[in-house]
Amino acid sequence: MAARVVAWLDERMGLLTIWNTVFDRKVPRVNWWFTLGSASLFLAVMQGATGIFLTVYYVPTPEDAYNSIEYIMNDVAFGWLVRGIHHWGASLMIVIVFLHMLRVFIYGAYKYPREVTWITGVVLLLATLGSGFTGYLLPWNQQSYWATVVGTSIVGTVPVVGDFLVRVLRAGDSLTFLTLSRFFGAHIWILPAILFSMIGVHLYLVIRNGISYVPRRDE
Amino acid sequence: MPKKSDYLIDRRQFVGGVVGIVGAIMSAAVGLPLVGYLVSPALEKAEGQEWIPLGTASALEPGVPALFTFSQLRQVGWKRTKINYAVYAIADDTGHVTVFSDDCTHLSCKVHWEPERGAFICPCHDGVFDREGNVVAGPPPRPLDRFEAKVEDGQLMILVEA
Repeated sequence: MAARVVAWLDERMGLLTIWNTVFDRKVPRVNWWFTLGSASLFLAVMQGATGIFLTVYYVPTPEDAYNSIEYIMNDVAFGWLVRGIHHWGASLMIVIVFLHMLRVFIYGAYKYPREVTWITGVVLLLATLGSGFTGYLLPWNQQSYWATVVGTSIVGTVPVVGDFLVRVLRAGDSLTFLTLSRFFGAHIWILPAILFSMIGVHLYLVIRNGISYVPRRDE
Repeated sequence: MPKKSDYLIDRRQFVGGVVGIVGAIMSAAVGLPLVGYLVSPALEKAEGQEWIPLGTASALEPGVPALFTFSQLRQVGWKRTKINYAVYAIADDTGHVTVFSDDCTHLSCKVHWEPERGAFICPCHDGVFDREGNVVAGPPPRPLDRFEAKVEDGQLMILVEA
């Protein structure tokens, strides 16, 4: 029965071609370091899913942000689990993405013909770091507030336009409800849009070019 | 060396099965709590009742519904939230007061009293109720809901969920 459903769908959608291209492609004999990309993808999807659920209760205003998170943690059923995964998953994703980059760098896997994969990977790293930075403000507690004061101030060291960039990031001179609102917008819409579309390009290139083999001693 | 055909399933099928089962367990471990996560606020119910004063009962003209408004502070999520209500009170000749909810019994739009028609009208789907709250026309399935009411020291009071 299942085989007939698959055959019916495949005839109309060409699903098996996609499946075989994505999952049955030839790969060289590699090691466990080559699983870090898949781990990054898994964490990105996990952050997306738990983040979507968090927006059901989180309110991005100075009056409500902290209290809504307290509510999620203490009163909503399994709220501690959803936010716990999002909170710890964020740190883990930074670590895993960095190790993934390190593996590619050390093995020289960024070289021809995979330069574009590397460049999209750089965008992905920046989007991941940006998500971490913007998400950190959202609880609106002392720690997140002052971390964002410091973090945005660092942008002020850019020559000539530094002060302007700080004002753009903060939506003004100081951290206000407008800062919280734009960090929230960046965190749930702009950065995820960049992140997931770039993941699409990144994965396409990995499948298109195949993954590199472990370099031999004489190379 | 046993042949491949000696086994019930081959290595590839075994690995595929294990991945599927572990994946299903992991999905359930995260997915089932999410159902509770989403329905959580719906499980909180108002636990008590309180008498709320509406105004002086002597101002009521017999047979003419009068609008009273009041607000109530309710704990919603992490906030005590102000919720506004409107009710219609009508006294009969003996001075007995009936208090109606202004929620239409069809789909909860707000009814209003139209003196010239002598009826409560719901603007959404043309529900019409008479001054006793009975359905005269339109889709409402039952008469207007009533509050338990009393007059104490000239104050008209109703019992509401708190």
